[in-house]
Amino acid sequence: MTSVHPRALDFPQPFLDGVIPDEAELTAGERVEAGKSYGFFTDTTLCIGCKACEVACKEWNNLPADKDRMTGDSYDNTGALSAHTWRHVAFIERIGRRGGDSTTMPPYQSNWLMMSDVCKHCHNAPCLEACPTGAIFRTEFDTVVVQTDICNGCGYCVPACPFGVVEVSDQDGKAHKCTLCYDRLKGGLEPACAKACPTDSIQFGELSGLVTRAQTRVFELHAQGQPAAYLYGAPETPGATGGLDWLNCFFLLTERPEVYNLPAAPSRAANRVRPALAAGLATAGLLTLAAAALMRGGRA
Amino acid sequence: MPQWDLANADCIVVMGSNMAENHPIAFRFVMQAKTRGATLIHGDPRFTRTSAMADIYAPVRAGSDIAFLGGLIRHVLENDLWFREFAMSFTNLSTIIHEGYRDPEDLDGHFSGWDEDEQTYLADTWQYEGQHVPSSLAEHHVLTTESFAEEVRDMSEGPPPNDPSLQHPRCVYQILRRHYARYTPDMVERVTGCPRDVFAKVADALCRNSGRERTTGFCYAVGWTHHSTGVQIIRAAAILQALLGNVGRPGGGILALRGHTSIQGSTDIPTLYDMLPGYLPQPHAFKPHATLKDYLATEQSPTGWWFSFPDYAVSLLKAWYGAAADEAGDFGYSWIPKMVGDHSQLPMTMAMADGVLRGLVVLGQNPVIGGSNSRLVQEGLGRLEWLVVRDFTETETASFWYAGDPVRNGGLQPADIATEVFLMPASITGEKAGSFTNTHRLVQWHEQVVDSPGDSRSETWFVYHLGRRLKELYAGSDRARDQPIQALTWDYPVEARRQEPDAEAVLKEINGYRVADGALLSSFKDTRADGSTACGCWIYSGVFPREGFNKARERRPDGPDGPGMHLGWAFAWPNNRRILGNRASADPDGRPWSERKRLMWWEPAEGRWVGADEIDFEETKAPDYRPDWSGNVKGMEAIGGHEPFIMIADGRAALFAPSGLEDGPLPTHYEPFESPIHNPLYKAQSNPAAKLWPRLDNTYHDEADPRFPHVLTTYRLTEHHSGGSPTRSVPVTAELQPEGFAEIPSELAQRLGIRSLDWVVLSTLRGEVQTRALVTDRLRPFRVDGRVVHQIGMPWHFGWEGYATGDIANVLTSIVADPNTSMHENKALTCALRKGRLKEVRR
Repeated sequence: MTSVHPRALDFPQPFLDGVIPDEAELTAGERVEAGKSYGFFTDTTLCIGCKACEVACKEWNNLPADKDRMTGDSYDNTGALSAHTWRHVAFIERIGRRGGDSTTMPPYQSNWLMMSDVCKHCHNAPCLEACPTGAIFRTEFDTVVVQTDICNGCGYCVPACPFGVVEVSDQDGKAHKCTLCYDRLKGGLEPACAKACPTDSIQFGELSGLVTRAQTRVFELHAQGQPAAYLYGAPETPGATGGLDWLNCFFLLTERPEVYNLPAAPSRAANRVRPALAAGLATAGLLTLAAAALMRGGRA
Repeated sequence: MPQWDLANADCIVVMGSNMAENHPIAFRFVMQAKTRGATLIHGDPRFTRTSAMADIYAPVRAGSDIAFLGGLIRHVLENDLWFREFAMSFTNLSTIIHEGYRDPEDLDGHFSGWDEDEQTYLADTWQYEGQHVPSSLAEHHVLTTESFAEEVRDMSEGPPPNDPSLQHPRCVYQILRRHYARYTPDMVERVTGCPRDVFAKVADALCRNSGRERTTGFCYAVGWTHHSTGVQIIRAAAILQALLGNVGRPGGGILALRGHTSIQGSTDIPTLYDMLPGYLPQPHAFKPHATLKDYLATEQSPTGWWFSFPDYAVSLLKAWYGAAADEAGDFGYSWIPKMVGDHSQLPMTMAMADGVLRGLVVLGQNPVIGGSNSRLVQEGLGRLEWLVVRDFTETETASFWYAGDPVRNGGLQPADIATEVFLMPASITGEKAGSFTNTHRLVQWHEQVVDSPGDSRSETWFVYHLGRRLKELYAGSDRARDQPIQALTWDYPVEARRQEPDAEAVLKEINGYRVADGALLSSFKDTRADGSTACGCWIYSGVFPREGFNKARERRPDGPDGPGMHLGWAFAWPNNRRILGNRASADPDGRPWSERKRLMWWEPAEGRWVGADEIDFEETKAPDYRPDWSGNVKGMEAIGGHEPFIMIADGRAALFAPSGLEDGPLPTHYEPFESPIHNPLYKAQSNPAAKLWPRLDNTYHDEADPRFPHVLTTYRLTEHHSGGSPTRSVPVTAELQPEGFAEIPSELAQRLGIRSLDWVVLSTLRGEVQTRALVTDRLRPFRVDGRVVHQIGMPWHFGWEGYATGDIANVLTSIVADPNTSMHENKALTCALRKGRLKEVRR
């Protein structure tokens, strides 16, 4: 990611007539092709908390700003992922009472954690499974997108999401969340947040390659004195639990998931359908039996 | 050094800068270096997003940087960790200084030459023994006796006196050792509050990553410049880097991080009162600058590259006055206004408040937010006859008359303000073509993408048509004082549709051309002092080397396997050189110091310097060249092939600076002008030469004034841009930091019963502001000189306009400045803090 792509040399002119074909190859190192799986690898150890991702996302997706008061929670003023905030940078201060001394720490933001959160585009997406209208669908890039023209605002997807990502907008009454820049992918462009990220904390790419890159990074960090680094949401890692299989948008973390407001063991709502149904049926059955017993007893 | 060269560093020291927050794009290259295993050090009063990424965070109390850096210099010297081969040849370490020189160690904080009546220094005793050294910057004639311009001719007569054994008690090495002897780790801890073990870690990392095989880079920004000792803080880093051999080499150097997109450009082609384009001095009424001949004689350096000064000065006059500039008329020299004192923004503010200044044009600035002592600024604006503000939104500077602080607190009624305010809509970047000159002197062209809405026009449009109308108004005048306007060349082609001048035509004039046929100059080496060439800014020459080739538009990066200097990407002045002083990347004999840090070297077979960059030296001067001192040696003839720094009169990095500084030849720790403690090192409390403007509306706090016990530092956030107009007026950036606030250390907050989001009042003798509290453990109390000092931080972006609002931090600051640059001291002052709100808020 650090060097200039050879194809960049084909475009030396400062003013281009149109979009560079397959621009993602220049900015993210690979072409976007239908039929492959895409996602984000968000490496929190490279995040400087600049929020360029939040701004790029809102600008590209034309999302409204809806906060006019500071939260008092470090430098986080957008608070959480929501219908109008599809990238959210969390700030976790760990000096003093919560952590160590500001002058002693392992490398990479161990005293002030910053993490750009986003929709996970789960392999088995609970929001999609819960959607009764078909508004939420899986795209040709293996991402999960809400079609707002079909969404009827029922809100079933909201509690279905184990990460609290989807929200129904108070402006149009429909569900909204990150589309992994579906429109940009169709045009061969890297998603806006990843392209804007100055330190490559957000990396976009084809999933298997991303996972390999992320695993290498974990080993590097271990070697550089940050033994706590691990992946969250990649196959066979924490976060990829409860029937989700894996998350197309996964993270490199250095603290427990809960510290970043991520669930330690997320799971599909659908996993709970069979046991819940069984429990319900069993309850009904028992009640029937009890009622029958009571009636029999009454008669007696 | 280019920002991208930071990726080649083995260690990066960020100090005086919150780089990750304020230069996030450049910080990309810091992260690349770090990924490759480099050590990142952040020295700062606050634990910021930059500190969060650092391997070592060193807490350094605001305004104590020289004590910290001086401690590092002492560490390097006393432990013999300096790069001997580099420093012996490339610096003035062995040079012998005037016998009259006395150190602050001898005079309790003053250097020799202090004039108590004038409150200034005379630099005569700071000279080399038997030689007078001209300054390496513009304004060679400084702080010396009348005959100084004559006396510097002795630089041509022989090499500076030196002692290679370094035993002479007055050689720079010995002076440095004595000067910094008391800057021990204990003293560093006592003055800066940085724990000894942390200081030791920094010193170790710095020295371990310097030398033949490794390099360390320094990055600074306004956290170093916004002090009454700003220039000397940067000098201290320069001394360290020169001693350690981290100058002119890949991954080495000192990167002055620039804030706005063309702030570098605004010093190159200056908006500064004391310089002409290309760092030529503005003529001064009280210096021997009466005629062009005097000016050239005074300012031309006898040795080094500035010997070419007349070529640049005359070519500039030809560019400005064209055919009217002839030799008989001194090329129009007399038309250039002569300055009579400090005309910088700070005294201009007073002049406004005193009714001396009657009109003001504000372009691309928001002085009500950014100017020190904002209330005084606002009162000054209220005494103007007229004020022009050009911006793309109504700024506080435009609306001060009905929404400002003096109006809000009832001191002034809009009806009482007679200032006529003209708010004119300005185009933003994508709506106009032009150039940006960024941090590493890189001139990049940008195109117009869309038309600006409505009547918005570019600054070029405004200035061009203003000048055109002035010329029309004065065309018939026969008064001598109107000649400068009549003679001014103002013939830029204008496009038909919106009458926008062609910005490339301006760039061509800056680049320079031959007067006879208009042929563009390919380099500043083509300029002449005989009036045959015109050049608007000599250092930019080569940016438009031939018709149809605007080098600033070029976008050819080096490929993945290229040398990485990206010479095909835009234009870096001078002459497309990317790393200044890069002769120093080779040893005195011209061989690379090491394979790992190879950049430029002497190729004997070709008889020239070669390598990945353009050489910042005479291309064919052999390393073994030595001046023949038997004759009178002039200009570059006096610079040996082993002396890499051609802008300096003796070609060597000035560890000890004999000329050019108003406040001493060596960086010395003084307390900020307002400080909660007494200077632990000297009797002199603060910089003796600092510029002060004491008056009733600009009062100062005494040292250790118990009414103002806390240190206050003002700063910027990633989320907002400087005066805030570009970000507070845009909803998606405004919501990221939607309100003004002050950061308060938990211990202090607890004592005063303050919690996050509570209202607090900060006060100084200049004024009071109310703002939200953000209580944090990232700000830690400092134990300084035996007592606990709390530091409060307040971002200065906020004002009453836009979506993100808050009180103006600069209401608290005072007007006090660095003597060399007139730069204000807003990074370290004292204040009081209480819980609650201001009593009366009237509209």
